[in-house]
Amino acid sequence: MSLLVVSGSPHVHGDLSTKKIMWGVVYAMIPALLVSFYFFGMGAVKVVLVSVVASLFFEWVITKYLLKQKPQISDGSALITGILLAFNVPSNLPVWIIIMGALVAIGIGKMSFGGLGKNPFNPALVGRVFLLISFPVQMTSWPTPIPMFKAPMLDAITGPTPLGVVKEGLRNGESMETVMSQVPDYVNLLLGNNAGSLGEVSALALLLGGLYMLFRKIITWHIPFSYLATVLIFSGILWLVDPNAYVNPLFHLVTGGMMLGIFFMATDMVTSPMTPVGQIIFGVGVGLLTIIIRVWAAYPEGVSFAILIMNAAVPLLNKIKPKRFGEIVKA
Amino acid sequence: MLKTFRIGGVHPKENKMSASAPIEVMEHPKRAVVPVSQHLGVPATALVKKGDFVKTGQMIAKGEAFISANVHSPFTGKVFRVEETLDSTGFRRMAIIIDVEPDNWMEGIDLSSDLKREIDLSPEEIVKKIHESGIVGMGGATFPTHVKYMVPEGKKVEYLIINGVECEPYLTSDHRLMLEKGEEMMIGIAILMKGLKVNKCIIGVENNKPDAIAHLKDIASKYQGISVEALKVQYPQGGEKQLIDAVLRRQVPAGKLPLDVGCVVNNVGTCFAVYEAVQKNKPLIERIVTVTGKPVKKPSNFMVRIGTPVDMLLAKAEADVEASGKIINGGPMMGKALVTTDVPVTKGTSGILLMAKAESNRNEEQNCIRCSKCTTVCPQGLEPHLLKILGKRMDAEACEVERIMDCIECGSCVYTCPAQIPLLDYIRIGKAKTGAMIRNRSRK
Repeated sequence: MSLLVVSGSPHVHGDLSTKKIMWGVVYAMIPALLVSFYFFGMGAVKVVLVSVVASLFFEWVITKYLLKQKPQISDGSALITGILLAFNVPSNLPVWIIIMGALVAIGIGKMSFGGLGKNPFNPALVGRVFLLISFPVQMTSWPTPIPMFKAPMLDAITGPTPLGVVKEGLRNGESMETVMSQVPDYVNLLLGNNAGSLGEVSALALLLGGLYMLFRKIITWHIPFSYLATVLIFSGILWLVDPNAYVNPLFHLVTGGMMLGIFFMATDMVTSPMTPVGQIIFGVGVGLLTIIIRVWAAYPEGVSFAILIMNAAVPLLNKIKPKRFGEIVKA
Repeated sequence: MLKTFRIGGVHPKENKMSASAPIEVMEHPKRAVVPVSQHLGVPATALVKKGDFVKTGQMIAKGEAFISANVHSPFTGKVFRVEETLDSTGFRRMAIIIDVEPDNWMEGIDLSSDLKREIDLSPEEIVKKIHESGIVGMGGATFPTHVKYMVPEGKKVEYLIINGVECEPYLTSDHRLMLEKGEEMMIGIAILMKGLKVNKCIIGVENNKPDAIAHLKDIASKYQGISVEALKVQYPQGGEKQLIDAVLRRQVPAGKLPLDVGCVVNNVGTCFAVYEAVQKNKPLIERIVTVTGKPVKKPSNFMVRIGTPVDMLLAKAEADVEASGKIINGGPMMGKALVTTDVPVTKGTSGILLMAKAESNRNEEQNCIRCSKCTTVCPQGLEPHLLKILGKRMDAEACEVERIMDCIECGSCVYTCPAQIPLLDYIRIGKAKTGAMIRNRSRK
C-alpha cells in the first residue's frame, strides 16, 4: 500500500479562495469600467490599461527581486489595486503620472508592509492621495464626458466636478439655487454623465457592482450600510437645519467618490475591521469624516481621506470582540 | 423556520453516499485487537492475560477511575497477547489480542431480537448497569456515559437531549440506526429518562434525514414527553453546546457543562447501546460503522464487533485503498487521519472515510487577507485568525485571554478560510500550551 497522507482535521475545504474573492471584486467593477469607457473613450481605456499593467509589474518585480518570494500576481489583488487607482484619477492623466501612482500604491501602500494582507492602508487610496498632493493640477482637471459615438474625441474640454462646483459656488456666496442649476441633474449623476474621476462618475454602475458583491457574499452589509446611513443622516440633518447653506443628502450620495468608497474602498477586507461591531463603527466614522471634509474642509471631496484616516483606526477597532458563545443566556 | 444554533456554522457538502445502504452484519475476524482505552479518561486495567480463554461479553478490562469505562470481550477465544499496539489515533496503546473462535456467549445475555418494552430496573440500577456495560458516548467523543448520569447535589436536570444530528458529512451510521433500530433506541431513551429522573426529552435530527424524522416522530407519539425536533442543516450542530442552543435556546457558558443549563446530551447510538445493556443484558461490544468515500465502490453501514480490523471493513465495502491518499477515522471535519488501516474498530469509530488522492492534500497556504470569515463561522464566537497567531507564538497567557480553551476544534474556520490557512493546527498548539499552564496553576 502506498503511504497515506496524515494531517490534522478538517480534511475538506469549502470552495472559497482568495482568488475567487478577488476576481469577484473585479467582476463587480465591470459596470463602472464600461461606463467610464463609454463617457471618456480611449482616454479611460489608456488610463486603466497603464494603471493595471504598472500595478501588476511593480507587484511582480518587488515580490521577486526585493522580497525574493514567488510572485502571486494571478491572485487578482494587484489587478484590483490597478483598476481602483485608475477609477480614482481623471481620464486625461499623463501616463508617467499614472505609473508613479501605481508605484506608490503597490510599492509603498502594499509591498513595503509585506504584501497582500499586511498593509494597513488601502493601496489604491495611498496612490491616489499621493498623486492628488503631488500633482494637484493634473489630478483636478476633469475632462467633461462625451458619450461615445456622439462626438469626435476631444481631450481639451475640462471642467470642475459637481462637488467642486458646489464648494466653489457656496464659498463665493452664490445661492443654493444658482449653484445647483450649474450641476448635472440626478439622472446624469446616476448614469455618470458628469465630470470626475473616470470610475466614480456613475453612481448606478457602482451600486450595481456593490449589490453583486453583497449577493456573492464577498462583502457584508455592515460597512456599506453604516457608511451610507451616516452620510444620509448627517448631511440630512445639516440640510434640514439650513437648506440654503448645505446641499441635500442625495446629492452627497451620488457625487464624487461616494459610491466607489462605500462599496469598493471602505469594504477592502485587508484594511477594515474584523468584527461586525467594529465594521459598523468604522462605517460611521468614515461617513462622518467624509461629510465633515466635504462641507467644511478645503477639499471638495473627502472620501479618500476619510477612509485612510479610519484605516488607521482599524487596529484599535479590532480590539472589539465578537459575541462569544455563552454570552447569550436567554433567547 | 427550522431551528439551528445562533452563532457561526458552515454547511459543507453532505455527501451522504451510504444513506440508503441498510446495516449489514460484519463477519468475524480471525484475530481481534481490543484496546483497553477506547474512551475519554483513564485506560481500563486488563483483567485477562496471555493464554486465558474469554467468552463473548465477558469483562476483560475494568475501568477503575472515576472517568473510565469497562471493556468487554467482543468475541470468544484465547487471549493471544496483551501488548501495546497501534490504535486508530496513531499512538501505541495497550490492547488485548484475541484469537477468535465461534461465539460462546456469557450466561444471562438475551440474544433474541424481541423488543422488551418494560423497564424493570430502578434509576440507580440503570446507571449501575450502564457503568458495568462499558457504555461510552457513541458519537465519537467516547465520554463514559455513566459519569453524565451521576448528577452532583444541587444540580437539577430538566431535559434529556438526544443527538441524532449527524452533522459530519459522509457519515450515516446514526441515520441508519434511527431508521432500523428506532424502536430499541426509543426504549433506550425511556430508560435514560428514568435513570436521569426527567420527564422531558428532545431528539434533535437535521432536516436532511426526513425519513428518520418521520419514523422517530411516529414512534415517539407512543411515549410521554419525547419530542423530535427537525433542525436546519448546519455544521457543527452535533456539538453538544450547539445542539442545546439549537433545540432549547440555552447557551452553556464557557467552561461549564450541559448540566449547568439543566441538560444531559446523549447520542442516538448511545441510546441503542443502553437498550441492549439494560433490556438485553448485553454489554457494549459492537457498533455501526459507515465505510464511505469516493474510492469506495459499495458505500456501506456495517454492524461491527469492536476489535475487528479496519482492513476487513474496507475489503467488504470494496474500497480501493490504492486510489485513496488519506483514510480517516470519523468524518471529514473532525475525524483523525489513519497512519495505517491495520487498526481495530473501537467504541468511537463512527465511520471510515476514504479520500481520493486528489482531495487528500491540503491546498497551499497563502497570506491572510483579514476577511474575518473565520470569525463569522466560528460557532463559539472566537477569532481564529487571532488565536492562530497567538498559538503559533505559543503565548499561553494571551491565548487564555482570547478564550482559546472554548474552541471545540470543529474546523469550520479552516473549512472556510479563503487563504487555505490551517488555523486549527496552530490553535491546537495554543490549546495544549494554555491547558498545561492552567493545570500547573491549579496544582500550586
